[in-house]
Amino acid sequence: MLAHLPVLQVIVPLLAAPLCLFLTRSRLVWVFALAVSALAFLISCLLLQQVMSSGTIIYELGGWEAPWGIEYRIDPLNALLLLIITGISTIVLLAAHTSIQQEIPEERHTFFYILYLLSLAGMLGIVATGDAFNVFVFLEISSLSGYALIALGKDRRALWAAYQYLIMGTIGATFILIGIGLMYQMTGTLNMEDLSKRLPEVEHTRTVFTAYAFIIVGICLKLALFPLHLWLPNAYAYAPSIVTAFFAATATKVAIYLLIRFTFSVFGLTFSFTALPLQILFLTLGLLGIFAASTAAIYQKNVKHLFAYSSIAQIGYMIVGFSVSTTTGLMATLLHLFNHALMKSALFLALAAVVYRIGSVQLSQFHGLGRQMPFTMAAIVIGGLSLIGVPLTVGFVSKWYLIMAVIENGWWPVAVLILLGSLLAVVYVWRLVEAAYFKPPLPGRDTIKEAPLSLLIPVWILVIANIYFGIDTRLSVQVTQAASMSLFGVSP
Amino acid sequence: MGHYNYWIVVVLMMIGFYIVIAHGNLIKKIIGLGIFQTSVFILYISMANVEGGTAPILAEGISRYSNPLPHVLILTAIVVGIATTALGLALAIRIKQAYGTIEEEEIQKKDNLDC
Amino acid sequence: MIISLESMLQLSIILPLLAMLAIVSTGRNPNLRETVSISTSLVVIYFVFNLYLGIKQGENIQVDWWELLPGLQISFNIEPLGMIFALIASFLWLITTVYSIGYMRSHKEQNQTRFYACFAIAIGSVMGIAFSANLFTLFIFYEVLTLSTYPLVTHAGTEDAKRGGRIYLGILLGTSIVFFLLAIISTWFVAGSLDFKPGGVFDPNVNTTVAGVILVLFIFGIGKAAIMPFHRWLPAAMVAPTPVSALLHAVAVVKAGVFTVLKVCVFIFGLDLLAILPSTQFLLYLAGASVLLASLVAMRQDNLKARLAYSTVSQLGYVTIGALLATSAGVIGSSMHIGMHAFGKITLFFCAGAILVAAHKSKISEMQGLGRQMPITMAAFFLASLSIIGVPPAGGTWSKWYLLMGSMEAEQWILMAVLMISSLLNIAYLLPIPFRAFFPARGMPVTDTGIKEAPLPSLIALSITAVGCVILFVYPQPLYELARAILDAPGLAYGK
Repeated sequence: MLAHLPVLQVIVPLLAAPLCLFLTRSRLVWVFALAVSALAFLISCLLLQQVMSSGTIIYELGGWEAPWGIEYRIDPLNALLLLIITGISTIVLLAAHTSIQQEIPEERHTFFYILYLLSLAGMLGIVATGDAFNVFVFLEISSLSGYALIALGKDRRALWAAYQYLIMGTIGATFILIGIGLMYQMTGTLNMEDLSKRLPEVEHTRTVFTAYAFIIVGICLKLALFPLHLWLPNAYAYAPSIVTAFFAATATKVAIYLLIRFTFSVFGLTFSFTALPLQILFLTLGLLGIFAASTAAIYQKNVKHLFAYSSIAQIGYMIVGFSVSTTTGLMATLLHLFNHALMKSALFLALAAVVYRIGSVQLSQFHGLGRQMPFTMAAIVIGGLSLIGVPLTVGFVSKWYLIMAVIENGWWPVAVLILLGSLLAVVYVWRLVEAAYFKPPLPGRDTIKEAPLSLLIPVWILVIANIYFGIDTRLSVQVTQAASMSLFGVSP
Repeated sequence: MGHYNYWIVVVLMMIGFYIVIAHGNLIKKIIGLGIFQTSVFILYISMANVEGGTAPILAEGISRYSNPLPHVLILTAIVVGIATTALGLALAIRIKQAYGTIEEEEIQKKDNLDC
Repeated sequence: MIISLESMLQLSIILPLLAMLAIVSTGRNPNLRETVSISTSLVVIYFVFNLYLGIKQGENIQVDWWELLPGLQISFNIEPLGMIFALIASFLWLITTVYSIGYMRSHKEQNQTRFYACFAIAIGSVMGIAFSANLFTLFIFYEVLTLSTYPLVTHAGTEDAKRGGRIYLGILLGTSIVFFLLAIISTWFVAGSLDFKPGGVFDPNVNTTVAGVILVLFIFGIGKAAIMPFHRWLPAAMVAPTPVSALLHAVAVVKAGVFTVLKVCVFIFGLDLLAILPSTQFLLYLAGASVLLASLVAMRQDNLKARLAYSTVSQLGYVTIGALLATSAGVIGSSMHIGMHAFGKITLFFCAGAILVAAHKSKISEMQGLGRQMPITMAAFFLASLSIIGVPPAGGTWSKWYLLMGSMEAEQWILMAVLMISSLLNIAYLLPIPFRAFFPARGMPVTDTGIKEAPLPSLIALSITAVGCVILFVYPQPLYELARAILDAPGLAYGK
C-alpha cells in the first residue's frame, strides 16, 4: 500500500468525485468530501516524510517503465506542494458546509463538492506527475472544474468572471500544449526527467526556444503574473467565498510550481536564463507587479478585490525570488509560496465568515465589525500583519529570505523596493482595520453576531498556523531548502 | 513549401486568436477558441506523420508507419477541447439568462451600472 | 533563592503577557482587574531587582529560547545597559498603573480593559527589548511594542485619534520595515552575526562606507528614537490618554528607541569603529539639529502635552548624540539620561494629566494661577522641569554633565554649544509654566477655588516620581555604576 502512495494521492479524490453523485444529502456529501480530502492530506504527509528521509520517490504507472509509461515523481518540491494543497483544501472544506448554505442553492451542493474534488485531484495530478503531457491533462481537469466553481457564485458577475477566466485559461493551457508538442517533436519524449537529458542536445534550435517561450507565457497566464493578471481579481471576488479561499491559496501556487519545474528541471537553468533575458524580465515584472497591484489594492472598495490584488502583488514577490535564481532566492520563493498559502486562505476564509453574517464584502459594510465580530476581525488583522511581514508571523520569514537572497546577489536597490512594497501592504491592510474598528456600525446592523464556530474554527486553525510557522520554521525551512537544493542539483 | 502544414497551423492559430480578442460576441469568442485549439491538434497530428508511412496497424509487409503517440495524445486534447467548448457555451447561456445579452460591451455596461 | 535568575528573566517578559490574559478575563470586575495589573507589576519589579543584584555580583544571565531561523535565535542576556532600562521601565510601570487608576476612572474612559491589556503587552515587550541578546530578538519585540501601543494611541476612537494612529503606525512601522530591517539584514550579511558583543560584531577592517551606510540605516530605522525628520509620530501620539503618553511616549517607547540606538552603537558597531565611520559626523549634526529645532518648536506650543512631546524629541536627541560621540563619557551620559529623563518627563506628563482631570485645562495660557488650586502638582512640575533642564537639585544634572564631558572629550565643540543652548531653551519653555501658575501675571483673572487636586492615586504617583528626580540627584551612584559598567566586559562584577 505504501508503495502506491503517489498514485493514490491523485486517484483518491479523482474517483471520489463522481461517487458524490450517489450521496444526495448535502451534509453527507460534505462529510464524504472532507474525509477524502483529509485522506489525501494524510497521504501527502506520509509522502513528505518518505521523501525527506529516503529521497525522491519514483512510481511507474501501471508498471510501464519511463520514458514509455507515465511516471509519478515525488521529490521535496512536489511533496511540499502536495502538502500545501491537501492541507489547505482540508481546512477550507471544514468550513464549506456552513458557508455554502448561504451562497449556493441547496440543489447544487453536490455539484459543488464534485467540482471541488475534481479541481483538487487536478492540482494534485499536476504536481505529482513526471510527464509533460499529463501536466496538461490535469491542468485542464483542475481548470475546467475551477471555471465551473467560480460560476457558482451568487452574483451574476461570477458568470462573466468565469467566462473571462475560461478564455484566458484555455489560451494559457493551449500555449502550454503547443510548447509540449514542440518539445516532443525535438526529443521524442514526454517524460520530464528524460526531457531534461535530451533537451541539451538540441537546445540551440529555434524549435526548443519557441517551445520554451510558449510554455513560459502559458504558465504566466495561469499564475496571473503582472500584466497577465486581468482575469484574477474578478474571478476571486465573485466566486463563492470557499472557492476563493481554496484557489487563492493553491491555484496560482501550482502555476508557480510549473514555472519552477519547467525552468529548472526540464529546460535547465543555463538554458532558461540564457535563451531569453528572463532574469531581468521576471525581476522587472515582479517588481512592477508588487507596486502596481499593491497600489491597485489600496483603491479597492470590495475587500475580496483588495486581497485579490494583494495576491497578484505577492506573486510578484515570488517571481522576484525566482528571478534571483540562486538557492536562497528559490528558497525564498518556495517559502513565500507556503506562507502565502497560509495567509491568503486564512484571510479569504475569514471573509467567508463575514459574507456569512452580512452578505457583503464591500469595505463600507465593514464598519463596526471589529466590535460585532471580534474573532473574525482579529483573524483578518493577524492575516494582514502576516501579509505585511511583521515578525512572529510567516510573512516575516519569507521576507527575510527574499531580502537575503537579493542582497547576496548585490541587488541593493531591489531590497529597498521590496521593503517599500510591504509599506503599501500596511496601507491597504490598515484601511480595513480603520473601517472595522473606528467606524460605528451601520444603522440597522446592531444585531450582527460573531460567525458560527463551524467557520471560526477553520479560520483560526489557519491563523494559528500563520503564527506557528512564523515561530517554528523548521519544517518550512528544511523542506524548501531541500527542494531548492535538489533543483540546483546540490546534495543538501 | 516543405513545411506547409506548419503554415496552416500558424494561420489557423492567428485566425482563432484574432477572433477571441477582437470579437465581443461570446459565442464567436468560443468559436475562435475552437479554431485556436484545432490548430494545435493539427500541429500534433501533422508532426506525427512519417513520409510514406501508413496507419500504425500491425500487418504483413508494412515497416513504415506514422508515430501513434501524438494521435493518442491529441485524442485527449480533443476531449478537453470539447469539454471547454461545452462549458463555455453553458456559461454563455447562463450569461444570457442573467444579463439578457451575450455582447461583451453590454455586459460590461450593466456591470458598471451595478457598481 | 527558589527561582533561578534565568527563570526570573523569562518570567519578567512572560508575566506581563500572562497578565494580559488575566486582565482580559477579569475585565468585568475593574477592582480585580486593577489588582492583577498592580500585583503583576510588583512581581516584575521584584524579579528585575533580583536580576539587578545578580548581575551586580557578576552573574552572567543568558537564556536561549529557540532558533527562529537557522542561526537566528531568540535569546536573552542581561548587561548593565539593559538593566538600567528594565529597572526604570518596570518601576515606572507600577507607578503609571497607580496613576492610571485614578486618571481613567475619574475621566470615565471607555475600553479600560483593552487599555490595561495592551499596556501589559507593551511592558512585556519592553522587557524583551531590554534583555534581548541579539538584534533579531530586539527587532521582534520592537515591532510587538509598536503594534501593541497602536490601540493605546487610538484609544479615544475619534477621527483625531485615527489620524494620530495613522501617523504613529505609519512612521514607526514604515521606518522599521524599510530601514531597520534592511540594516539588520545587511549587518547579518556583512558581519555574519547579530549578537550584541562588547566592541561590536563588525570586522575592524570592514569597508567603512558600507558600515557607514548601515549606521545611517539604523539611526533612521529606529524611528522610536524620534530623530528628525522621523519625529512626527511623537506629537501625533499625544492624542492618547495621558497615562499612555506618560509611560509609553516619555518612557517605554521612546526609551526603547534610544536604548536600541545605544545598543547598536556600543554592541554592534563598537565605539572604535563608530569613531572612524564617515557618516557619524553627519548623524551627530542631524541629532544636534533635532535637539535645537525641537526645542524651538516646543516653545511655540500652547498645548501642554504637545510642548512636552517636542521637549521629548529634543531630549532624545541628547541620548543619540551621547551614543554617537563614541566616547565613554558620552555613553555614560546617554545611558544615565535615559533614566533621568524618564523620571523627569513622566512627572511632567503626570502633571499634565492631573491638570486635565482636576481643572480640565490643556492649554498653557489657561494655567496661570493654577498653583493655588493644585500646589502639589505644580511643585512636582517645577522639580521635574529642573531635572529636564539639568540643574541641581535634580537628577538631570548628572547626565547632562557627562554628556558635556563626552562632547569635550570628542572635541565636538559645536555639539557642546548645541547642548548648552538647548538647556537654555529648556528653561525658556518649561519654567514659565510653574512660575506663572504660582505667580500669575498682573491683571489675569484668577478664580480662587481652593485646593482641588487630582484623584489621590494620581497625586501619589506624580509625587513619587518627582521625589525620584531629587533622589537621583542625591544618590546617583547605582545608576552611574551601571552606566559605567556598560563599556566593561559583561559578566565582570563591577560593584566590588
